[in-house]
Amino acid sequence: MSEILFIFDDNNYKGQSGEPMAAALLRSGLLTITNSTYHGRPRGVVGLGVEEPNALVQLVSGTQESMRPATVIELAEGLNARSLTGIGALPELPDAARYDKTNRYVDVLVIGAGIAGLKAAAEALKAGHEVLLTDDQPGPGGHLRHLGEALPSVLQDVLTHKNLTYVPRCTATGLYDQNYIVAVERRSDHLGDAAPANRARIRVWHIRAGKVVLAPGAFQRPLIFANNDRAGIMLSHAASTYVALYGVTFFKRAFVVTVDNQGYRDALRLHQAGVQVESIYDVRQDAQGASVDAAKAAGIPIHLHTTVLDTVANAEGALQSIILQDLNTDEIIEAAADLLAVSGGWTPIVDLATHIGIKPKWSAEHAAFLVNHNTDQLQTAGMLAGDFGGDDDPAIFFGPALDDEQAHNAYIDLQRDATLHELRRAVGAGLHSIEHIKRYTTIGTAHDQGKTSGMLTIGALCQLNATAQDGNSVLSPAEVGTLSFRPPYVPVPFAALAGRERGPLSDPIRITPIHQWHVEAGAVFEDVGQWKRPWYFPKPEESMEDAVRRECVAAREGVAVMDASTLGKIDIQGPDAGVFLDRIYTNMFSTLPVGQCRYGLMCKADGIAFDDGVTTRLGKNHYLMTTTTGGAAGVLAWLEEWLQTEWPELKVYCTSVTEHVSTIALVGPKSRQLLQELVKDIDLSKEEFPFMHSRMATIDGTTVRIARISFSGELAFEINVDWSHALATWERLWALGRPYDLAAYGTETMHVLRAEKGYVIMGQDTDGTQTPHDLNMSWIVSKKKEFIGKRSLQLPYLQQAGRPQLVGLLPELGNEVLPEGAYITALDVKPDGQGKTSHTGFVTSSYYSPTLGRSFALALIANGLNRMGELVAVPIGKKLLQATICDAVFIDKENLRRD
Amino acid sequence: MLYIPCPHCGLRNETEFHYGAEAGVAYPDPNALTDSDWAKYLHIRANPKGWLAERWVHFAGCGRWFNLWRNTVTHEIGPAYLPFTEQPKSPANGQEGLKA
Ligand SMILES: [Zn+2]
Repeated sequence: MSEILFIFDDNNYKGQSGEPMAAALLRSGLLTITNSTYHGRPRGVVGLGVEEPNALVQLVSGTQESMRPATVIELAEGLNARSLTGIGALPELPDAARYDKTNRYVDVLVIGAGIAGLKAAAEALKAGHEVLLTDDQPGPGGHLRHLGEALPSVLQDVLTHKNLTYVPRCTATGLYDQNYIVAVERRSDHLGDAAPANRARIRVWHIRAGKVVLAPGAFQRPLIFANNDRAGIMLSHAASTYVALYGVTFFKRAFVVTVDNQGYRDALRLHQAGVQVESIYDVRQDAQGASVDAAKAAGIPIHLHTTVLDTVANAEGALQSIILQDLNTDEIIEAAADLLAVSGGWTPIVDLATHIGIKPKWSAEHAAFLVNHNTDQLQTAGMLAGDFGGDDDPAIFFGPALDDEQAHNAYIDLQRDATLHELRRAVGAGLHSIEHIKRYTTIGTAHDQGKTSGMLTIGALCQLNATAQDGNSVLSPAEVGTLSFRPPYVPVPFAALAGRERGPLSDPIRITPIHQWHVEAGAVFEDVGQWKRPWYFPKPEESMEDAVRRECVAAREGVAVMDASTLGKIDIQGPDAGVFLDRIYTNMFSTLPVGQCRYGLMCKADGIAFDDGVTTRLGKNHYLMTTTTGGAAGVLAWLEEWLQTEWPELKVYCTSVTEHVSTIALVGPKSRQLLQELVKDIDLSKEEFPFMHSRMATIDGTTVRIARISFSGELAFEINVDWSHALATWERLWALGRPYDLAAYGTETMHVLRAEKGYVIMGQDTDGTQTPHDLNMSWIVSKKKEFIGKRSLQLPYLQQAGRPQLVGLLPELGNEVLPEGAYITALDVKPDGQGKTSHTGFVTSSYYSPTLGRSFALALIANGLNRMGELVAVPIGKKLLQATICDAVFIDKENLRRD
Repeated sequence: MLYIPCPHCGLRNETEFHYGAEAGVAYPDPNALTDSDWAKYLHIRANPKGWLAERWVHFAGCGRWFNLWRNTVTHEIGPAYLPFTEQPKSPANGQEGLKA
């Protein structure tokens, strides 16, 4: 340890490196650290660790992490922090620190390096196991550290055993099924400015353990009395540790109020450190044990069957005097004091055990909820299992009887400023369940998640619920029940959970082999799943609207090219491939001649259409299926599910080839002429190469597959080329296309072109409730064969009138593009009693069409196919637009252009 | 997080799997069922409090479907078995439902 300087609230303080910040602040006499969030009351340090409800600070140095308890911040050179009034602030700048993750598989994980944990580790080592030992403190020993005592040497040896990994500053934050544990290790904050730049600040451990030993120890609990929140009122174990171990000399006159012998031990420590301990006030009628004898021997006055009722503050709001009550005579005594050390019993840390659904059991002997568990997978040890050591004989007592006025200032949850008064109000309102009361009063919902307030609430409810239910008798905590804790046990920064998966690494980015060309051409991209797809290709000074119009005109009047490589592609082979596809698609594929393509639609078993695409028969036993860009993985999983779990007799093999084959769509009346310049070995004329046919060809010595497929209604060719040759093919086309004014187009133009033809996009023009019939695609539903979903299409509710159906929509004003998602109502509909109008459908796709010279839309409208020509209303804000229902095919209904 | 024994890959974290509800519900002859029975096949699966044989797929691993006994209350994992093989006995051992 060495002396260092640190800054708190812009003032310089001295401290020892490595000691808790709270200790240094107390030693310098800073009793009031903050004002409470809601009541603005002066508050000081209460505890020793993560249970601290008051002394939360925001780091100014480093990562500016918010809401760190000053009781767990280790002093280091360069530390700068400021006080917080309950609510933290997010830093303005991104967290530049490094965060890591690690995965461990161990025989035995011991959580807690106190004596119980170390003993459990020793046993596991003796049995030959590999042991991981985690502890949230900077060093081993648990409460021995607070007492300043060294570890017994036999336990020292455990720490250096070759089969043991000991990780300090590592807090287990969650225990999950099958012994999966998440732990958060803080690795650099305690080093301050001296921390190596490359060290991860926090490492999140993902641990799977054969056996978990829970030895987390316990928190000391406070008591409920009036004005129990003043600076100068501390947990006795914390007060005696700050004084005896960290040399806090601020306190001159102390009182100890206790329900157990821990108060005596702490009184003795304070006394031995030079604090004037005026008296121990013990709620018990009788107190016995070595610690009681020692306190007596030291001359500390002891008052039995007495407790603290109220306190009085000085001008600064800190403790000035305490009001004590003799429980025999009800006599009231007031005494001056600057420290009130409270020992309300121990609360073992049951949090992790409750994460996996274990219910703690009340032990009257311990005045505590315990978890006694001992299986091959999970064992509890130490205080959690009831091993309190010492000579404790605690009373079950949570505070004296208080009147209404006192209850207003008797705090249960210091962070939430929630008092006994609010608890009484909750019970008065008829709430009994502690889980309901927690939500009603907010007790236990703050940063500390009820570490000190949970047990006090249960204690208070023992009286309140009894009164509410049957008069006088007091309930046992066992009858009130415990709170269930949820992970994380302590707050964890999101940055730590994200680790290195931030920014560009937060999700994989998929790009096509032509991507770099798009970038250089100035494309604006959109995300389609993980894919980056060109959205449109603006020329300098061109708006999106201008670019899309130009691209559309090129495709309809000249020639345009699109990178369609993201199209999902599944290679399907095997002697039963045709039979299989007949079952998967609503239409027939086993009869498709080799070398031809067919559009197919697939439904789930419930008759709802979910994906579509063109499938080509490449050989007798060989098909290539295409899917929507976003649906590729889901369709492959769907095919596999049927093959593996229903039809294992079918000899069919499915392989994703999305990233093996790149697809370039060449579209427009001049596409044939342009492509024929590049392709010399086959005749592209409509007679030799009809629509929906597929041909192998050669481009610059590379074998490609060309298909006459059109997603625009125009004459079009899809060039399927090996992923690694795609860029070269694209560049050749581009160079040859110059005399044709070849335009590159993106997804926006693709959408306009396909919508003009009424081609549906699954997921955009559907909402997961449309049958093929609803999409006006009855023509694709085979009556001759079975397919998945066919039986459902006969169900009455999928046939009933009034279902939303896909139709076209022409806005009254041709320059008005309706917003996608806009609600559609009947024209004459009147608002109901709530001022609402019932809708009759919604807009699914909406664009401006340069070809039509006006706006148009697709929409799902109730019974829409039977409402052609009907005028409907589209309310947009205060405006009421009108539109006419029409056929979804806006251009070339006769399909003349595609040849 | 569950630790699931894939029959092909061994113990893996739950995040590598997708859930497929009750195991052993064969695809029926659709035309042999009434509307109501067909709707039951589509939408109704057993969801007991206690041990249940379930379908799982190791989508982020071998991609294979298999079946697995799992306790829906305690999250205990029982034996895994391949589709179209004999179902191992329920780990409940006659104590079905009592665990809750
Ligand atoms: Zn597997």
